[in-house]
Amino acid sequence: MRNKYSIFSLVKNAFSYHENWEKAWKDPEPKKEYDAIIIGGGGHGLATAYYLAKKHDMKNIAVVEKGWIGGGNTGRNTTIIRSNYLWDASAGLYDHALKIWEGLSQELNYNVMFSQRGVMNLAHNLQDVRDLKRRTHANRLNGIDAVYLNTDQIKKFCPIINTSPNIRYPVLGGTLQRRAGTARHDAVAWGYARGADEMGVDILQNCEVKGIKRNGDSVEGIETTKGFIKTKKIGVVAAGHSSVIANMAGLRLPLESKPLQALVSEPVKPIIDTVVMSNAVHAYVSQSDKGELVIGAGTDDYVSYSQKGSHDIVEGTLNAILELYPIFSRMRMLRQWGGIVDICPDASPIISKTSIKGLYFNCGWGTGGFKATPGSGDLFAHTIANDEPHKLNAAFNINRFISGDLVDEHGAAAVAH
Amino acid sequence: MFVINCPFCGEREQSEFKAGGEAHIIRPKQPTELSDDQWAEYLFMRKNIKGIQFERWVHTHGCRKWFNVVRDTSSDKIKAVYKMGEKPPSE
Repeated sequence: MRNKYSIFSLVKNAFSYHENWEKAWKDPEPKKEYDAIIIGGGGHGLATAYYLAKKHDMKNIAVVEKGWIGGGNTGRNTTIIRSNYLWDASAGLYDHALKIWEGLSQELNYNVMFSQRGVMNLAHNLQDVRDLKRRTHANRLNGIDAVYLNTDQIKKFCPIINTSPNIRYPVLGGTLQRRAGTARHDAVAWGYARGADEMGVDILQNCEVKGIKRNGDSVEGIETTKGFIKTKKIGVVAAGHSSVIANMAGLRLPLESKPLQALVSEPVKPIIDTVVMSNAVHAYVSQSDKGELVIGAGTDDYVSYSQKGSHDIVEGTLNAILELYPIFSRMRMLRQWGGIVDICPDASPIISKTSIKGLYFNCGWGTGGFKATPGSGDLFAHTIANDEPHKLNAAFNINRFISGDLVDEHGAAAVAH
Repeated sequence: MFVINCPFCGEREQSEFKAGGEAHIIRPKQPTELSDDQWAEYLFMRKNIKGIQFERWVHTHGCRKWFNVVRDTSSDKIKAVYKMGEKPPSE
């Protein structure tokens, strides 16, 4: 049994200069066969393994990761968590996740630093105002907390926003979800990894999938850089590389992988205690506990796996940030990076069985997957274990692109996620 | 960020262009005959290749003409540029 993290373990380990902490997860060699294999050791994949072991009693499972866990988009996002989506299906999905977030640190015995500091979405034109009011009503009908704020209330809630009517895209109003906020993204991957490992899940890092072996209409196993591993169930949670894995299995997906950029500033004293997102000018900003401004930019419009984005995307975002927050005009940016996001035509994810027996996909989260991590893992585990979707992810099946029953959150979601 | 050699204007920064997605997806000749599966294939399913991809671009802030590009999506290196209607290079 693993030692619990607590104030006592902290004190105890202080006596040995914190050099004898037990490893949070093992580094095992692959077994010959598993009951299920999860491809992708990010937050969603590790959460899937965790809930498979915890709620569905599947202990003989592995997570294969080509790099190190949490080294992909889990460590590259801007950590925003919210559930104020327009459509019923999305509201159900994202609020399921938000409810798990609220107790996650206790459940995992790992501080994911979930901070319900509120997320504000700004309106800059009349159509924005109408859309955001409509979304506020839709949220409340779905039991999701949402309020509409006028310009004065926004200024009061976040005083550094420039609410002058003379700027190019003046702030006309906005929504606020108080239960929304941020979490420490690395801790989410580490916490789930530790929890899954404790229940016997093998986490195989530096193990890249090279092929998927099929026997007719079902899967038999995966070829990896550490050899062939047999399994009857494969859950793919490979984010930007979902299409690469799908091509190995001969499956077509409606995805395009594009670079999404983010950047952080030098650390400063507390200046913004909420998350502010703006759809029309595409800028969002929050402040990390270290004091850095965390700024999210948009996606490039071309397919790329290069984990780099175009400079003009960052420039556009910073223009908008400076107009909304003139106080940041002399801030220096420390780091900028890109992650590869897999975008669905309707900007909603796929959590689904496929036409191949034993092959499941959890992909298409596009620019907004981090917030859904616990819910996505829970529902995907349910789908894999029962070979049937949970009612909350039934709408997010892969066949919606054939039936036309899309969950169109492109215009409806608050910002490009 | 990279430079694209527009077949009409010459080398320009990528920010002058807009990407038009996968090239050589043939518009159905008889839309009324198509099944739902075939519509899904035409409208939504994409190769999304990591490696050499054939794609369309338009020089939005230049000549506003469409053309094709062969690009390695893992490095953003452009291998070839050819006009609409021309045969794609074999390599």
